[in-house]
Amino acid sequence: MTLAVQFTHVSRQFGEVKAVDRVCIDIEDGEFFSMLGPSGSGKTTCLRLIAGFEQPSAGSIRIHGEEAAGLPPYQRDVNTVFQDYALFPHMNVRDNVAYGLKVKGVGKAERLNRAEEALGMVALGGYGERKPVQLSGGQRQRVALARALVNRPRVLLLDEPLGALDLKLREQMQSELKKLQRQLGITFIFVTHDQTEALSMSDRVAVFNKGRIEQVDTPRNLYMKPATAFVAEFVGTSNVIRGELAQRLSGSAQPFSIRPEHVRFAEGPLGAGDVEISGVLHDIQYQGSATRFELKLDNGQTLNISQANNQWLDTSSAHQVGQPLTARWARQAMTPLTDNAGEV
Amino acid sequence: MSLALSQQPPMRRFSNLLYRKPNLYLAMLLVPPLIWFGAIYLGSLLTLLWQGFYTFDDFTMAVTPDLTLANFAALFQPSNFDIILRTLSMAIVVSIASAIVAFPIAYYMARYTTGKTKAFFYIAVMMPMWASYIVKAYAWTLLLAKGGVAQWFVQHLGLEPLLHFVLGIPGVGGSTLSTSHLGRFMVFVYIWLPFMILPIQASLERLPPSLLQASADLGAKPRQTFMQVILPLSVPGIAAGSIFTFSLTLGDFIVPQLVGPPGYFVGGMVYAQQGAIGNMPMAAAFTLVPIVLIAIYLSIVKRLGAFDAL
Repeated sequence: MTLAVQFTHVSRQFGEVKAVDRVCIDIEDGEFFSMLGPSGSGKTTCLRLIAGFEQPSAGSIRIHGEEAAGLPPYQRDVNTVFQDYALFPHMNVRDNVAYGLKVKGVGKAERLNRAEEALGMVALGGYGERKPVQLSGGQRQRVALARALVNRPRVLLLDEPLGALDLKLREQMQSELKKLQRQLGITFIFVTHDQTEALSMSDRVAVFNKGRIEQVDTPRNLYMKPATAFVAEFVGTSNVIRGELAQRLSGSAQPFSIRPEHVRFAEGPLGAGDVEISGVLHDIQYQGSATRFELKLDNGQTLNISQANNQWLDTSSAHQVGQPLTARWARQAMTPLTDNAGEV
Repeated sequence: MSLALSQQPPMRRFSNLLYRKPNLYLAMLLVPPLIWFGAIYLGSLLTLLWQGFYTFDDFTMAVTPDLTLANFAALFQPSNFDIILRTLSMAIVVSIASAIVAFPIAYYMARYTTGKTKAFFYIAVMMPMWASYIVKAYAWTLLLAKGGVAQWFVQHLGLEPLLHFVLGIPGVGGSTLSTSHLGRFMVFVYIWLPFMILPIQASLERLPPSLLQASADLGAKPRQTFMQVILPLSVPGIAAGSIFTFSLTLGDFIVPQLVGPPGYFVGGMVYAQQGAIGNMPMAAAFTLVPIVLIAIYLSIVKRLGAFDAL
């Protein structure tokens, strides 16, 4: 089976800045693939390289087995949903959606039919006559989606399409997008800086940092087995423990990560599979479903602990700031990390 | 510690009053320019047009305030109507040509220049406007004259037969470039070009690059993107620019005198009627022509939807 998109040592330089630095990715056909990273990490540049708005400075990009470097956007079988939607303001919704078919010379009757069908797919049937300015943000987003999907691309690129929507709408669109992707069976490549979004929607996620890929994995593995300190701290929250302290707790100088929710307060004697460390309670933050405790360790590092709340137990009221405490966790909850902090 | 209202200094009390009564503030800002605009500009224009209804006696050369429509009817006499047609057709051709010449420059300025290069282009486009327009028109008469620079180039490029052919076309040519319609057209296009470039540039500047990317992404070739996206969205700019070039050409009376074949333009006719001939009522009647033509032009442009995207 050929891959939907394949990057082989792809770099993109803007002057001195390496926006994308020797990136290799294999994206499978029909996969929901996310590119996750902070702003400026190179994820959007990678998307633009696939769309053809940028050309790589080095390396090879294959789309369905075909070399894409040098091909202009209009010769690629991919379509993009833009962050600002990029709807044509002088056309109504139907003409916007039918645009891709029109420029490819599809007859008027057929393209209007297919545009109406695509609008139905995103639950905007009957909105064809409206101008983009007459729509809400969520509706514009759906029009942009319909306009891309009407061309039946084999790969759909989504550039932070939900960024401008409010939380409720975003969550609703997340599940609709996922449903749509399953129904159409085409490859979705989704760029986002929101780790929850990436985890909840994707089959696999690539985590970007400074133009390089830190890890490509399933959401579960990304969270449970982060490969690097960056991934551990960017995806969810994590305690990364290094150096002497790591040596004492894990028996190896290799840094490790321990999730706040895997840490508990010590009760009874220390079990064989557990390790423990003591400190002073520095801060308590009540967060509704959980409470976050910050434990100041002897070496000055802060250990985050998260305890679930329920109707019988409000963990935030059981402790006080300034109180000495011992934290404990299972050895197997520690994930060893490749420490690449400071590496460029 | 705050002072009681009555104890505050007068200026403070006055500024507080303006703050509490925004309409008074607005009125103070707007009344002086409105008086100026109303009395000086509209008032004198209406007085002038009103004189178009006065009677001019051909024998005594005297104007009497007996109201008549004769002056406006006289606009439709063949000799006067020719002047109107000549001016109108020149204004249309100049506007079209300016738009065609201006577009690529405006496009380049809007899409491909930043910072210093953009500033350079702004200055380059506007610099000709720093020189007196009469000087530029005179300079062009020399450039286009027999034995002038233009002819020298034509000679050395071996294009003389072509020039003779073009100058021989009725309605375009003349005995030399500087006395031809073509020459007059070239000078008009040159002089009004900045007024076309800047509005088009402004409209293209507002075009988000993502729209062009979206178009290409959806499969449009560059030519299709231009025809379907760039051009329609720059129409308001072209319309704004053409309003300048159209109305400026309609009202101009210097270029037609200096360059091109004999024969009046509307502007020149107004000048001659009120100056040399002293027929103020006829001059007033001619003044109405550009006003009416521009009104018609604006309504056509609006009908075509040029301002919908504003």
